[in-house]
Amino acid sequence: MNIIVCIKQVPNTNEVRIDPVRGTLIREGVPSIINPDDRNALEEALRIKDTYENVKVTVLSMGPPQADAALREAIAMGADEGILLTDRAFAGSDTWATSTALAAGIRYIGDYSIIFCGRQAIDGDTAQVGPQIAEHLGLPQITYVEELKIEGDKVIAKRALEDGYFVIESKMPVLLTAIKELNKPRYPSIKGVYDAYKGDKVKLLSAKDIDVDFDNIGLEGSPTQVNRSFTPSGRTGQGEIFQGDYKECVNKLIVRLREKHLV
Amino acid sequence: MAVKVIELKCIGCGKCVRVCPFDAIEMKDKKAVINEKCTACGQCLEACPVEAIEKEEEKKRAGSVDVNEYRGVWVLAEQRQGNLLNVAIELLGEGRKIADALNVPLSAVLLGHNVDDIAERLIKYGADEVLYADHELLEIYTTDAYTKVIYQLVKDKKPEIILLGATNLGRDLAPRLSARIHTGLTADCTKLDVDLENRRLMQTRPAFGGNLMATIICPDHRPQMATVRPGVMEKAKYDENREGEIHKFTPDLKDEDIKAKVVEVVKAAKAIVALEDAKIIVSGGRGLGNPEGFKLIKELADKLGGVVGASRATVDAGWIEQSHQVGQTGKTVRPNLYIACGISGAIQHLAGMQESKVIVAINKDPEAPIFKVADFGIVGDLYEVIPELIEALDNVDDIVEGFKSISKGA
Repeated sequence: MNIIVCIKQVPNTNEVRIDPVRGTLIREGVPSIINPDDRNALEEALRIKDTYENVKVTVLSMGPPQADAALREAIAMGADEGILLTDRAFAGSDTWATSTALAAGIRYIGDYSIIFCGRQAIDGDTAQVGPQIAEHLGLPQITYVEELKIEGDKVIAKRALEDGYFVIESKMPVLLTAIKELNKPRYPSIKGVYDAYKGDKVKLLSAKDIDVDFDNIGLEGSPTQVNRSFTPSGRTGQGEIFQGDYKECVNKLIVRLREKHLV
Repeated sequence: MAVKVIELKCIGCGKCVRVCPFDAIEMKDKKAVINEKCTACGQCLEACPVEAIEKEEEKKRAGSVDVNEYRGVWVLAEQRQGNLLNVAIELLGEGRKIADALNVPLSAVLLGHNVDDIAERLIKYGADEVLYADHELLEIYTTDAYTKVIYQLVKDKKPEIILLGATNLGRDLAPRLSARIHTGLTADCTKLDVDLENRRLMQTRPAFGGNLMATIICPDHRPQMATVRPGVMEKAKYDENREGEIHKFTPDLKDEDIKAKVVEVVKAAKAIVALEDAKIIVSGGRGLGNPEGFKLIKELADKLGGVVGASRATVDAGWIEQSHQVGQTGKTVRPNLYIACGISGAIQHLAGMQESKVIVAINKDPEAPIFKVADFGIVGDLYEVIPELIEALDNVDDIVEGFKSISKGA
């Protein structure tokens, strides 16, 4: 069985800060990581590989050449090989164009039973690329997967709802998107890291290599465009901050909350 | 609409490099060079002091359509087990404004089985018509059936805008549908406007973990699709006397259309955390130090008749379930009172709660950004402040009286 896991290298947005004077992003020293939900997708694929015979896990990413590091990390965790779609022609892709490119990459790899994605990436939070890949490939999809079983040629998944879950069954091939409740991703072993950089484990492919229509990728192939972007002005509280004796602080707060009819 | 540096004008000052949120500009031979990470967000255009960066002209794109053939605003009225979700009523409120601005009808799209009562209510909430697909295979949501039915409706009727709720199911359906139609989709919009000149939907959403806001357009493809988070837009008003048309029909659906089948629906036994509807929220953050801290948060919330919220850090750490999460990747809330305990106030958290009427912050660190948005704050150890606060809530009248007499005495 072949499993393809789509991963994205993202800046760790938890560590992004705003320069209070200039109101701009401070991105110096913000590390790049494998998108957290994608890590859960990869972990689940690796667990299937641990459980069954003859399972091959390929990690696929689209991004600049530096995204090689994310693929090597995935290989260090246990994936068999990595494929990086990297080409200026992909630059500026929205989710439609990104999913078109990734779907072409998946077709290029061929012969798969499961396509795994993370539910969403922390730099965009759109959750769109997974279902859009499924549509481009004509595959059934199960998103927000929090538990997974394989039975014969079928997958049975718990897909999370706000107030419960669905149990969904589908034949393979199928596209699944993982959420953090699915599992706890493993760490790469030191030997794994060493091996990941040995030999030719990551293959670079251009837009031409994967036979994708240039009109459907990159900025030009994107139905959506950024019209403008700006730093959120946010709320500027002229708050009253109490310090000192806690009892006194609390009493002052109570008086203020009563004035606002909140207590 | 790629961004391009006019090399002759570039003075190599590096301002664009510093403002670029995506690390997409490098200096080479004292000239700015844009690399493949560029998303054409335009931050550099504003930063450039010599106007050496420009956006290239738009070209017609693959899959573009004659936008003038498309008219009307649709909202998806999501129902589960015969219950209309609140987000549908919020979308009707927002959709009504957009439809009025464009001078077109507002349609609600309803899929289900035996939900005629919901169709009636959608009219009362402001829809001019309801496109109601009634079929037993639509009783429970499936990606395959819902996509098929709505895709066919879009092909037949050509709306210019479709709004959907960014629920767990809306976020499954919307991208699938947009890919099949070949149109753009903007996720989790917090603000929608219309550019009347060209009937474009201006879709504003947080990006980059809420550190940046972006306004997205979809110029050449139709319909323009957007999802909106529950709780962000104001609900439409119910008008008993409103009238409209209900077009009920039976779509062409067969069992074998559904490839991913729902075999069981399980409702969570645990109480649902209705953060979006809560009037009072007490939230805990990393400053709690451990999962047990949420017991204290819960105690304060119970005392105030509120519910418990949480920062992303605590959810990531596994201290509390994700349903409690407030912020850009969690829920957007606007209670009357929001008490943030041990929450530093990362932008992504603020994005989800800064619409609260009154914000109270309790934090050890007087420099914590949360104090900048707070109406009232107490600098101190939450494990000492909160118990004092819980105790004080039993004696509010006495405390208020006490203060009055002091101020009179003074």
